[in-house]
Amino acid sequence: MYETSYHRASSVEDAVKLRGEHEEGRYLAGGMTLIATMKQRLAAPTDLIDLRHIPDLAGISIDGRNVRIGAGTPHAEVAKSDELRAVCPALCNLAGMIGDPHVRHMGTIGGSIANNDPAADYPAAMLALGATIITDRRWIAADEFFVGLFETALEEGEMVTAVTFEAPEKAGYAKFANPASRYALTGVFVAKSADGVRVGVTGAGANGVFRHKGMEEALGVNWAPDSVAGADVDPKDMLSDMHASAAYRANLVKVMAKRAVIAAG
Amino acid sequence: MGVEGIGARVTRKEDKRFLTGKGRYTDDMTVPGMKYACFVRSPYAHAKIIGIDASAARQMPGVIDVLDGKQLQADGIGNLICGWMIHSKDGSPMKMGAWRPLAVDTVRYVGDAVAIVVADSYLEARDAAEAVSVEYEEMPAVTEAIAAMADGAPQLHPEAPGNLIFDWELGDGVAADQAIASAVHVTEIEIHNNRLSPNPMEPRATLGIYDAAEDHYTCYTTSQNPHVARLVMSAFYNVAPENKLRVIAPDVGGGFGSKIYIYPEEIVCLWASKKTGVPVKWTSDRTEAFLTDAHGRDHVSKVKMAFDSDHRITGLKVDTIANLGAYMSLFSSAVPTYLYATLLSGQYAIPAIHANVRTVYTNTVPVDAYRGAGRPEATYLLERTIETAARELGVSPAELRRKNFIRSFPYQTPVIMNYDAGDYETSVAAAMEAADWAGFSARRADAESRGKKRGIGMSCYIEACGIAPSAAVGSLGAGVGLWESAEVRVNAVGTIEVLTGSHSHGQGHETTFAQLVAERLGVSIDSVNIVHGDTDKVQMGMGTYGSRSGAVGMSAVVKALDKVEAKAKKIAAHMMEADESDIVIENGELKVAGTDKTVPWFQVALAAYTAHNLPGGMEPGLKETAFYDPANFTFPAGCYIAEVEVDPETGKTDIVQFVAADDFGNIINPLIVEGQVHGGLAQGIGQALLEEVRYDPESGQLLTASYMDYAMPRADDLPSFKLSHQNTPCPSNPLGIKGCGEAGAIGSPPALINAITDAIGNNSLTMPATPMKVWQALQSVH
Ligand SMILES: Cc1cc2nc3c(=O)[nH]c(=O)nc-3n(C[C@H](O)[C@H](O)[C@H](O)COP(=O)(O)OP(=O)(O)OC[C@H]3O[C@@H](n4cnc5c(N)ncnc54)[C@H](O)[C@@H]3O)c2cc1C
Repeated sequence: MYETSYHRASSVEDAVKLRGEHEEGRYLAGGMTLIATMKQRLAAPTDLIDLRHIPDLAGISIDGRNVRIGAGTPHAEVAKSDELRAVCPALCNLAGMIGDPHVRHMGTIGGSIANNDPAADYPAAMLALGATIITDRRWIAADEFFVGLFETALEEGEMVTAVTFEAPEKAGYAKFANPASRYALTGVFVAKSADGVRVGVTGAGANGVFRHKGMEEALGVNWAPDSVAGADVDPKDMLSDMHASAAYRANLVKVMAKRAVIAAG
Repeated sequence: MGVEGIGARVTRKEDKRFLTGKGRYTDDMTVPGMKYACFVRSPYAHAKIIGIDASAARQMPGVIDVLDGKQLQADGIGNLICGWMIHSKDGSPMKMGAWRPLAVDTVRYVGDAVAIVVADSYLEARDAAEAVSVEYEEMPAVTEAIAAMADGAPQLHPEAPGNLIFDWELGDGVAADQAIASAVHVTEIEIHNNRLSPNPMEPRATLGIYDAAEDHYTCYTTSQNPHVARLVMSAFYNVAPENKLRVIAPDVGGGFGSKIYIYPEEIVCLWASKKTGVPVKWTSDRTEAFLTDAHGRDHVSKVKMAFDSDHRITGLKVDTIANLGAYMSLFSSAVPTYLYATLLSGQYAIPAIHANVRTVYTNTVPVDAYRGAGRPEATYLLERTIETAARELGVSPAELRRKNFIRSFPYQTPVIMNYDAGDYETSVAAAMEAADWAGFSARRADAESRGKKRGIGMSCYIEACGIAPSAAVGSLGAGVGLWESAEVRVNAVGTIEVLTGSHSHGQGHETTFAQLVAERLGVSIDSVNIVHGDTDKVQMGMGTYGSRSGAVGMSAVVKALDKVEAKAKKIAAHMMEADESDIVIENGELKVAGTDKTVPWFQVALAAYTAHNLPGGMEPGLKETAFYDPANFTFPAGCYIAEVEVDPETGKTDIVQFVAADDFGNIINPLIVEGQVHGGLAQGIGQALLEEVRYDPESGQLLTASYMDYAMPRADDLPSFKLSHQNTPCPSNPLGIKGCGEAGAIGSPPALINAITDAIGNNSLTMPATPMKVWQALQSVH
């Protein structure tokens, strides 16, 4: 790790101000990605603005079927939240599948979606839930937020403060873990609500997380595990790397979609 | 056996220290004035070094010096060597290319060391290492053995045209060809043994200390064999003569073979300490470990196995190409030859065997022994082949094996080994019973109804531990003897120190060696201390690898104990005015048999040291040394059965049952032996399902340089193991023990691949059988 300066922000405004003062600075949440990258000398921010002590970023609040999760909420808290489980158990289950206990107690939902790793779990859920990403300056629909591999709609210095969504009637997540990293080799989140069905796919897309419209339509017509079997998943749209070929990922997308529907019930 | 003697399940004495974080590892060592090293490493797989400019790095904060290979060479430090000479079948010696501790003209793998930076802190050293400007001229690279042998392939060493190190054979080629020509059935198969990274929990580290006043060096290092390290560094690298070099391997957190070898870093840190006048410490990080620790396996073989009409194996022919990486590591030449081809008879009576082995250079990190070293490669090859044959012949794999078992001992194989004892039938029967082999078809049908494909696979392994005797290995090319030493030092108060030349880095010597003493003398294991890992304390020894500590190391302790006991009996007889031949040692006392006369052990020890009343002419003291050179290898063997369920939609394999029935001969501590088997199985299952080192074939970059990409087995990848133990005591050593450290890693991969191929009905599957590969194999069945 290169030398860096540490700042502890006390509020959202404080953090944004500090970030504005340091062009080469970075927000630090759980550090599960950022610190590791710095240790490998692949990132060298001059300043770290620690968000973990900002009260406004913490916690889950639920109002009817309206869910709001603060950006600083660690995965473990999402996984074990009874209130959230009552309205959207699929998201609790997803959070419980991320990494290992250490990672789940440090890593945050804000850090995960801001990072937009193409194999991260949360982005699939955000898309499928039609979530809105709340930042220090605006509200961004998930559909607009995830732009590409490790790329989001966030502007320089813009900070995620929370995500919000309306709990769907039914939702399910199925993940096939990369045997080495245990990130998603393919993960599919399905959600059914009055507005229709949305399907978010992570780990598989050549351009990162995406929605599968064909499956959405098929499940919209008939919400059943086998409905996805006929959907067209083109290997040309899939990521291919040393862990999995595009053809294998295309297969996993269908299998995980089916299992996500089964999980959703 | 007594509560703490041989056969007792005592918990490990050393665990308190390890489990409470109180172990003392090389990186924990600090000495006054100590500085930190970072190596400048090649980012290219193959390149010429045009120039090294360290002027900017030297100006950086905290930097003491930057040293390169030209300076090292000018100071007369020698090249790294391979200590086992192999001759090609045309009689020519193996072609060893120069391996300089710091590269001078050419770098040959990503991670090859080019220079060392010494600075006040590690971070300063690392910053400065990045500032060392090395001008390279990149050259084409080759990472796979077969590609390296092709015409026009990039050439690594001028000494080795065609990258060929040796072309060696063992056995009778004519007889094997005849057997194949006249066979009723021939099974042919191509076998790939995947390349592995050893991944000990503690990465390598070293601390080099030069004392100018005494002109003396001390080397702390993560070594499995500190005496061999000292010998090699003195005799070949000209670091210092042995009396001027102390090597200490303190607590070492796992080795699996990778810490046998002498690496550039130890040599360079010692030399750098003299050059800079400060002690120099280097600790590898995990990425460096992936890049520079010697890898294991990496074989490609073609196999033909011949059968007669009665399904007896009449011949075996094997053609193997082994990738040895960019340089020949210390024992790299022995692994694919005498540790491999000599095991190709397996548990079977095969009248004619021939193996041809070609080893080649590639632009990858050197390959050497890794848990099992050659025997996993032999076992995987044989056990995949015989299982395939059973499928082709339409007979039960168990029956085909049984029909061909060696059943009387000693048995001379056509490939050097003389098996001294074994009972393969008993292990197979135990394993099949434990696995409920007979009930498999019902379980398969049940799995089918749940949409799963269930398969069962067997592997009957034999391996050879405690490489020996020294004269025999010497005649095969070994540069060292493979005996072991022990000193048993009884203190005046009766407590005991055992100094062993073997080395514990996870095996539990401090407990098992003490149990042996407890068994013999009837004292508690708490009164026995095991000393190892320091060339200034312990007499010359050969270290720990090849599951030799018990069979060879403890046998040396037995010999030393024999001498101690003989002297103690003389003293006791004198004290009790009895005949020496009437004295027995029991429960910490020396007794005159058949009487109530006794003298406690500690009083005999005290008498030996006060020397007030010793038998006439006897020297004072109670301390004896012994060297033990075994008469033969030992031959652990067993039968493993894996049962798996494959999810046809994803290709994911679940191990639903794993049975291991092992014959390790006599057992000192079942708890430790089971732990060794568990660990070995985890590594074997890792090889079969998860692990593979991969290089980019074009650029030679290591693609699996972290745990994000290299899949290590985790607890939830493993089932609960069903273990059992059969015992044919080893007749070749006084304790009747065979060795258990590697069996799990040797026997398990073929059992698993046999099970998975049985489940999916497609025999072409290579390790690691990742979900994707299994899924692909299933697609080609449909
Ligand atoms: C061993 C291991 C296993 C893992 N396994 C998985 C897995 O299976 N699935 C999975 O999805 N993830 C996995 N992760 C990633 C983990 O879940 C974290 O979510 C992820 O590292 C990012 O969250 P963080 O809070 O640690 O962010 P940090 O590492 O602190 O930050 C990541 C990036 O986001 C930025 N950032 C952080 N917070 C904000 C914010 N509020 N606004 C704007 N930018 C912000 C930072 O500046 C940085 O660029 C794993 C990580 C590890 C180390």
